[in-house]
Amino acid sequence: MWKKRVLALIILALGFGVATFVYKSEYKTNKNFGQASHFLQNHQFHLGLDLSGGTHLIYKADVSGVPAGQISDAMDSLRDVIERRVNLFGVSEPVVQVEDGSIVARGEEKLIIDLPGVTDVEKATKMIGETPLLEFKTEAPKGTAQTATVGKDGKVQIDINSQYVSTDLTGRYLSKATLEFDQNTREPKVSLQFDDTGTALFAKITKENVGKTVAIFLDGSPISTPVVREEIPNGQAVISGSFTPTEAKQLVGRLNSGALPVPISLLSKQTIGGSLGSSAVNAGVKAGMFGFLIIALFLILWYRLPGIISVISLGIYISIMLALFKLIPVTLTAAGIAGFIISIGIAVDANVLIFERVKEELRLGHSVADAVKGGFAHAWFSIRDSNISSIITSLILFWFGTSLIKGFALTLGMGVLISMFSAITITRIFLSSIDFVGNGKVARFLFSSGFGSGESKHSINN
Amino acid sequence: MFIIKYKKIFISISIALVILSFASLFTFGLNFGIDFKGGALMEVTYKDVRPAQTDLDTSLKPLNLGSILIQPTGDLGYIIKTKDISDIEHSSILSAISEGGKNVPEEKSFSSIGPSVGKELTRKAVLAIVLVSLGIILFIAYAFRKVSKPVSSWRYGFIAIVTLLHDVMIPVGLFTILSHYYGAEVDTLFVVAILTVLGLSVSDTIVVFDRIRENIKNRASTDFHETVGKSLEQVYPRSINTSLTVILVLLCLFFFGPSATKYFSLMMIAGMFFGTYSSIFLASPLLVWIEEFQNRNKK
Repeated sequence: MWKKRVLALIILALGFGVATFVYKSEYKTNKNFGQASHFLQNHQFHLGLDLSGGTHLIYKADVSGVPAGQISDAMDSLRDVIERRVNLFGVSEPVVQVEDGSIVARGEEKLIIDLPGVTDVEKATKMIGETPLLEFKTEAPKGTAQTATVGKDGKVQIDINSQYVSTDLTGRYLSKATLEFDQNTREPKVSLQFDDTGTALFAKITKENVGKTVAIFLDGSPISTPVVREEIPNGQAVISGSFTPTEAKQLVGRLNSGALPVPISLLSKQTIGGSLGSSAVNAGVKAGMFGFLIIALFLILWYRLPGIISVISLGIYISIMLALFKLIPVTLTAAGIAGFIISIGIAVDANVLIFERVKEELRLGHSVADAVKGGFAHAWFSIRDSNISSIITSLILFWFGTSLIKGFALTLGMGVLISMFSAITITRIFLSSIDFVGNGKVARFLFSSGFGSGESKHSINN
Repeated sequence: MFIIKYKKIFISISIALVILSFASLFTFGLNFGIDFKGGALMEVTYKDVRPAQTDLDTSLKPLNLGSILIQPTGDLGYIIKTKDISDIEHSSILSAISEGGKNVPEEKSFSSIGPSVGKELTRKAVLAIVLVSLGIILFIAYAFRKVSKPVSSWRYGFIAIVTLLHDVMIPVGLFTILSHYYGAEVDTLFVVAILTVLGLSVSDTIVVFDRIRENIKNRASTDFHETVGKSLEQVYPRSINTSLTVILVLLCLFFFGPSATKYFSLMMIAGMFFGTYSSIFLASPLLVWIEEFQNRNKK
């Protein structure tokens, strides 16, 4: 007997430990979060875009030009390039993933990009879709027609584009770009290293244009027009426009991330503002807490002593689920939270089944201890059967769903599995550790339910 | 048991509700959201005063974006629905509704979904519904493989499927009414709600049938009517209580939960309610009715 009570205490302590972990590892609930250990700081809830605010983009990759066997390689390198570009936003935890052209998708290769916290879609799509075009141009020969415009102030402006002619040297031949700061002026500058072809081209250009200017164009506009002093054979060049440090850093990143291996086009975009997301989180938490309280009230009023025990095991169930969300980690969406809240309702299902059976056994005149034992034995098959269909639904939804549905299927499916464990194991250990209540009238009252007194006057079932 | 005694009344109630649901489905139709159709939807909130809806209509007209639907939301916001739009069209809409820069709204959310994404989602949804239904039918067949007297096992399965259709059809009917009067749209969550109702309602029916099966095996009574009635008596507190707990949390989700899952929880509440109703008041009466029908034929 003592063994069972010790076991019950151990489980209670473990449950308390799990709950403490959930509580302490959340920024909002732990006042000393800043001083918490790394383990706790690294296990906050992962919120989906609909809750944290951010942008969700779906691109279609045009792989028609790629040989069949190399599609997945091309998609991987596309993902890498986009990932590098996305990282330039300074977004925390961006997600870039390839969605294979399955049968359902009819062979369309897709790239899905999640940018938490980014709400300016236009800027985001521009940064992602655009290849930085770096060109080196030389002075146009004298006598070339030049376009000029007369400004509002009466001054004649010569269009700079007409002063220069393109060369073969472009950003394509770049092997690396790095950010440097001028030692004297502390101005940021971008230093370029060309590959072999680029080095040869650059040497030729500088050789032929000593004493003249060479213009460096970025995305069609000149950013720097240095004068060439001598031939540069080592393939190194420096752009020192009037950049801010951030601009220079972005340019370096964009130049290094390179061109996209396959063309992409935007299929769908979704942006959720942060305020909408946080109000959804608050609403979800509120709904969950009220749901738990109402169920706890119902269980205690209707099922009395076993009700209290099932509330404790429901509490442990909720702690386990929340801890798993943090540890796996599960990305929580509004639908995912709904799935979890529903699973709290379903989690009670197994306990209700057991308690109803226990009541029946009591009516048949069994002792409290035997009734508990029999109740568990009889209820197991019903518990199993009634959960199987929910597991089937969750599995299929998880398989075929979009990220939104997946969140729901995962929390509901996990909930069903974990609740089978918590309802059966935890409730059973608790119930069997309290049989000190004996077998008197009070005990029978505590173990029966609803409006009945638990006396065996209903013992004949008809 | 009064349910068995008045089974024809209960069966008729269910038939009437299903017919009403079908009627509402055919009159109002389903209103598909941009998840499935493609298109753009933006939600904006003004700081102090929101412009009149007609003013927005006139300022949006010159953009030539086809039909634009504007719905007020909250006290200061609007939801604007258009066809699938480009970045440039998006920013021109934003500037058109900011009254010449004097009253710039905050854009709370924006989504633009291309038609091909919508089509793919539709295929996925249909596939998911088909697979879940198949999975559940197989499960029912498995669960009732051993029962054969006096009603053969495939009839249990058949009745379980009939009640399943009943449990899904009535919430769908309710939804078409909501969608007609309150503008609710069929989105991904609608499909999720239907599939979850499928899973939960069948498990309820199975628990009732499980008890009937057990009582037949234990020879609780020689009369099939009585066996079913007695099984119902044993099972209904459980059935009602377990659905009640789920309905209670769903009610919390509906009243306090995020706006994104409001219609979802309402659909699920209806599904759970009728799922429980049908496992007690429809499935078992149908079982008895079939048994009576068989007997009559034998005589």
